[in-house]
Amino acid sequence: MKRISFVLGIVIVASLGLSACGGGGAKTIKIATQSPLSGGQSAIGVDIKNGAELGLEQLKGPLEAMGFTVQLAPWDDQANPDVGVSNSKQIVADPAVLCVVGHYNSGVQIPSSENYHSSGLANVSPANTNPKVTDRGYLEVNRIVGRDDVQGVVGAEFANSLGVKTVYILHDKTTYGQAIAEYFKRQAEALGMQVLGFEGTEEKSNFDPLLTPMLAANPELVYFGGIFDQIAVFIKQAREKGYEGTFLSVDGFDSPEAANIAGETITAGGGTYYTTVAGPAALYPGTAKFQEDFAAKYGAAPKPFAAQGYDSMSICLTAIENAAKANNNQIPSRPAVAEAVRALTDFPGITGTINFNSKGDLTTALYFVIQVVSADPGKWNENPVAETLSIAPPE
Amino acid sequence: MRRRSRSPVAVEILRPFGQLFAFILITAVSLSSFLISLAFVMRGSNADQVLMEHMGQGLLGFTISNLPQVLVDGITIGFVYAAIALGYSMVYGVLEFINFAHSEIFAIGAFIGVEFLIALDNGNRLAGASIGQSYLFLGMAILGGMIIAGLAAVTVERVAYRPLRGAPRLVPLISAIGVSFFLVDAIRLIESVTTGQFYRVFPTFGNFDQIIELAHFNALGFPVNLVIQVKSLVVILAAVTMMVGLSSFVNLSKIGKAIRAVAQDRPTASLMGIDVNRIIAITFLIGGALGGAAGVLFALKFTRIDPFMGFFPGLKAFTAAVLGGIGNLVGALLGGIVLGMLETAAGAYLSAFTAGAFGAEYKDIMAFAILILVLIIRPHGLLGEQVSQKA
Repeated sequence: MKRISFVLGIVIVASLGLSACGGGGAKTIKIATQSPLSGGQSAIGVDIKNGAELGLEQLKGPLEAMGFTVQLAPWDDQANPDVGVSNSKQIVADPAVLCVVGHYNSGVQIPSSENYHSSGLANVSPANTNPKVTDRGYLEVNRIVGRDDVQGVVGAEFANSLGVKTVYILHDKTTYGQAIAEYFKRQAEALGMQVLGFEGTEEKSNFDPLLTPMLAANPELVYFGGIFDQIAVFIKQAREKGYEGTFLSVDGFDSPEAANIAGETITAGGGTYYTTVAGPAALYPGTAKFQEDFAAKYGAAPKPFAAQGYDSMSICLTAIENAAKANNNQIPSRPAVAEAVRALTDFPGITGTINFNSKGDLTTALYFVIQVVSADPGKWNENPVAETLSIAPPE
Repeated sequence: MRRRSRSPVAVEILRPFGQLFAFILITAVSLSSFLISLAFVMRGSNADQVLMEHMGQGLLGFTISNLPQVLVDGITIGFVYAAIALGYSMVYGVLEFINFAHSEIFAIGAFIGVEFLIALDNGNRLAGASIGQSYLFLGMAILGGMIIAGLAAVTVERVAYRPLRGAPRLVPLISAIGVSFFLVDAIRLIESVTTGQFYRVFPTFGNFDQIIELAHFNALGFPVNLVIQVKSLVVILAAVTMMVGLSSFVNLSKIGKAIRAVAQDRPTASLMGIDVNRIIAITFLIGGALGGAAGVLFALKFTRIDPFMGFFPGLKAFTAAVLGGIGNLVGALLGGIVLGMLETAAGAYLSAFTAGAFGAEYKDIMAFAILILVLIIRPHGLLGEQVSQKA
């Protein structure tokens, strides 16, 4: 017993000493990223982190010139709200973290950002599209992509332009998937389309029970609000069972892995389209150098949202720099950084000029409709854009 | 007229086929008549009007048109559940405890089989494979999955269960759950080493994805279109082979006799010169191998696999085993088929019957509703016998 308490005592003393050392590097600034680095959605999550990492390396110069050490703190939220929230508590508890780039899933971002908000920590989201992300009106929360209530409408308008009369709507029951499916449904009905079904499912393998009534209804178009690792399996099984119509999906579908899973079935029948708030990096005029650097560093073309990861990082760094200058070249407070993010005007990002409105949305965001033309995952970035729209967020 | 020979070999091989056919027929007829009468009673309800408005087809027509397809899909997934349930039943029959790590053994089998096929695919051997070759490759994948999964099950038994054999019943159960978590993370770790991605996709090859149009007719004036995929047929055939093989093995072979003896009375069996530890290891080997084969079949049918894939099918197969009467191999089969059909029917019809109030997402509840009902009403299952408590 005595020995145990002795060992325990040493451990406690040592850990106190260590944490004291940790606080010693007074001029260290950390920028956290949160995205799924493991699991089915990690293909996208890792590239968000890589984009941010590249941004940090290339753009930390001005801060280092001011005598700061700038570090990346990558966190894995596993696309899981519980993990995201518990990470966010640890991020908030580290005083060196001044800005968070993150989250891929709205369902993870919304609960996690409650912690960023309560501690005044700035959050720039490269990918979250649910309206609630910014509708809460938090000063700390900003995003550099469009919103689902617009994206759903864009999808419905596009379906209408294809001359579709009957649709069948599915979603993955997450905050993201269900909400966007509902926005789509509302607009589709308003445009006079007939909604033959509206179903949610968490199933990732056996879609037979869903497919039978869907095939019986024989809709011209199937809309699926969700993430690629579920939707692609569904597309494959639906095509194999003889569905001939068109698939329309959402930005969660935007990953080369979708082509890997669905194979040839992805281009069969009426084809597959998706709407997105972040096209392939090649779509943006300012990303030529980014694509080159990214491919050189990570050995592959950037996946969707990697350029947004880069821009989110660049916004964080510029805001910290501005706030530090206003603070006599000392480390700025978190609220000062959050203010500085919102105060940026005509910020030249590689994905376009960035201006935030009072809620943290872009004053105008880009929405794309993309057609999948190849079953080769390597050619995903070459899928042609069927439509590009620039729309201001709803009030 | 010659009297029919009733050699045990013929009986043991033919009987499962007869039972199988009877089960499928009885389940299909009773489920169909229940659904049709429900649809008949509900005509004129809100649900009927909603369907009429959307598809120009009332509840009765919708039910009848889709029923054959629902039954065929239900039988397919039912066979997968039955194949997994065999493993639970084998182990329970001999050791009277639930091997909750069986669902991960199932996942291991699936990953071995799919990794093997992916390796072939990367070596460009699948693309130009003839039909015969593609079945050979699938057979090799199933065999590989069976061997590794069987060995994994034996290892699990040796490490986690044998040292606890004298312990109270709860102890190996907890150990099983622990092993199950361990295996999930082990698979996840191994699979994410190379790519960081831990799900795998069953490669497309051969004619498995092809659709066979079984029937196209009008039933009571409603159009019925029934299709089945080649891979569903493969799943059914493979599962039937597994079951018949297991049944004849347990009933006819010498080892099967020893397994039955150990199941009946372990101390006496050991006094008769049976090496109980060896027999139990063989039981795990066979149960694990069947689980592994079921894993590869599952991957073939549903394309995408991940380390967590075993959880739901495992729970459902366990429910199937309990429903049929746990420890009873024929019962596992019956339970699997009943559960598969009920679940598929729930997924296809819940939304229509409740006018969208309950959707297909509630199909998984069927398994657990059945589990609770069986435990309340008939704890020994449909075919199980009331086992008297051992003194």
